[in-house]
Amino acid sequence: MSEMLEFRAAIREALEEELERDDAVVFFGEDVARPGGVFAATPGLQERFGPERVFDTPISELALAGAAFGAAATGMRPVFEIMFGDFMALPMDSLVNQAAKLWYVSNEQASAPLVVRSAVGAGGRFGAMHSQFHGTWFDGIPGIKVVAPSSPAEAKGLLKAAIRDDNPVVFLEHKRLYSVKGPAPAAGEVIPIGEAAVARPGSDLTIAAISKGVADALAAAERLATDGVEVEVVDLRSLRPLDVETVRGSVARTNRLLAYEEGPRTGGWAAGLLGAVAEDGLEHVDDLWTITTAETPVPYSPTLEDAFLPSAETIVDSVRARLNLGGRPG
Amino acid sequence: MLQTIAIPPTYTEGYARMLLIREFEQGIHRLFMKGEVHGTTHLSAGQEAVPVGVCMALQPHDYVCGTYRGHGHALAKGTPADALAGEMLGRANGVCGGRAGSMNVVDVEHGLVGCFGIVGGSIAAAVGAGLSGRREGRVSVAFFGDGASNQAYFHECLNLASVMSLPTVFVCENNLYGEFTPLSASTAGGRIAERAESYAMPYEIVDGNDLWAVHDAATRAVGRARGGDGPTLLECRTYRHFGHSKSDPAKYRPAEEVEHWLGRDPLVVARERLRSEGVTEEELAATEEATREGLERALEAALAAPFPDPAERPGREFKP
Repeated sequence: MSEMLEFRAAIREALEEELERDDAVVFFGEDVARPGGVFAATPGLQERFGPERVFDTPISELALAGAAFGAAATGMRPVFEIMFGDFMALPMDSLVNQAAKLWYVSNEQASAPLVVRSAVGAGGRFGAMHSQFHGTWFDGIPGIKVVAPSSPAEAKGLLKAAIRDDNPVVFLEHKRLYSVKGPAPAAGEVIPIGEAAVARPGSDLTIAAISKGVADALAAAERLATDGVEVEVVDLRSLRPLDVETVRGSVARTNRLLAYEEGPRTGGWAAGLLGAVAEDGLEHVDDLWTITTAETPVPYSPTLEDAFLPSAETIVDSVRARLNLGGRPG
Repeated sequence: MLQTIAIPPTYTEGYARMLLIREFEQGIHRLFMKGEVHGTTHLSAGQEAVPVGVCMALQPHDYVCGTYRGHGHALAKGTPADALAGEMLGRANGVCGGRAGSMNVVDVEHGLVGCFGIVGGSIAAAVGAGLSGRREGRVSVAFFGDGASNQAYFHECLNLASVMSLPTVFVCENNLYGEFTPLSASTAGGRIAERAESYAMPYEIVDGNDLWAVHDAATRAVGRARGGDGPTLLECRTYRHFGHSKSDPAKYRPAEEVEHWLGRDPLVVARERLRSEGVTEEELAATEEATREGLERALEAALAAPFPDPAERPGREFKP
């Protein structure tokens, strides 16, 4: 049996290996260095690499992003943490108007190779301002990559790729994945950004998901298999670039697509993916639909948040209804 | 005399660079009226002593971050006038190939990290360049206006730079108006330099229309930065001769105020100082003629350059 790795340890290992590999890499954020991060993802890095390369900062998200931009534009590879994805509203000017535009507007004189990591997602009873999945906020912003791993191996391989990438990368770490354990990747493995993975092969239906949603889709697929429905799960890994080709290829075999998103349908990635698949592959499509959250902020109370969040069960019920499989088997 | 070297090494050449900026801005103004400059543009005529005096205190490899009123920042740091004019005109010879325009110029070769189209952006970029600069023995400079001192960028970044003792010089070009609104109506207390006290940062209030005063203050600030003593805030008091942007005739400014500042034209101040220090009328006249001729050639070159062909070099979203 292969060695197991916890998601938060995978994040730390990726940072440690890239700090070791390239002196241009620095890592900073609120409480990331001495305290080791509020999700305990980054302990020991300052001790190992020193306060010049790993440091705590004031609670100044806009300044952090701006400092990362300026450092990246002048030859460094900053990685910084915006503690909760929700706080990403604060540094948006620097990310959207500075980092994302430098490569194109400068006529390819320079780019901004920075990574901004955040804990994201609902289900932790954190309420409306600490539970959002902010990846889609960047959907209309060319020039910035949006990456969200679904497993420890992906967390490590994709974060290493993000740090080596010459472009700005928004990196989303789902809170409910930090304690998940999974097989450790091969030493030194780097996962290319922009390539979706088929997490489970199947012939009857494609479910596209990302981040924590992949685990929900895989759990649903196991239960649907008992109904005789073989689900193919595509782990998107990144929203920008969005690997529509892999999804379209899958749908060409299954003829059905469910896009499963933790976020509202309006302005979300799921509806956009459906459109992209239909636009150039309508002849393969028998059915396509989305499962998303309500068009409200994330609620706090356990009963409200549980009802708000889709789950494996939501997927199973939706697929059964959509495929006219009738009620649940007794 | 036209930017034969990136940073002017003498006050006479500094004066020539100021004149180049003035002539450049007037040339852009004319070309805007003819429809050759598109969208909008923000002219810095009247403020020339600030970027030139600051850049004269820098090394060519130091970093500068400018604003949307940034033509002077670029020219002072060494961006060639023809490439900058080409950018204003949206031509292929532009320093950014016509992709940036007036407000977003980047010139890596001359250490111009960028000019930022949104108020305050230069401040953060310079803090980041200071992180790099600290490793490399380079200094970073942020130019920004008085209006930016009310942005989150200003307060967050001055604090961060001071906490981290970064080699950054913050240069506020206080031209008394944030867009159309006077400083007194927008800035509590009416004082900008003193805000540095809150961040345990040294500051100076500088006559921004006096090349020598700016250069002296910048030399002190750059010396502190390079010596590891951290950032400085310089508030350079100056005045723009044009309105905020091309849509602004600046009718909100009292006539006496405009008259007062026109009487303190930084070019006139510099010329008189050079004359009093023994530079001859002939030398100055020759310098001025060479600068004007050079600028005229630069504008002609930009006007003669082709527009970028969208089919020739399609944009790429990401660096491969």
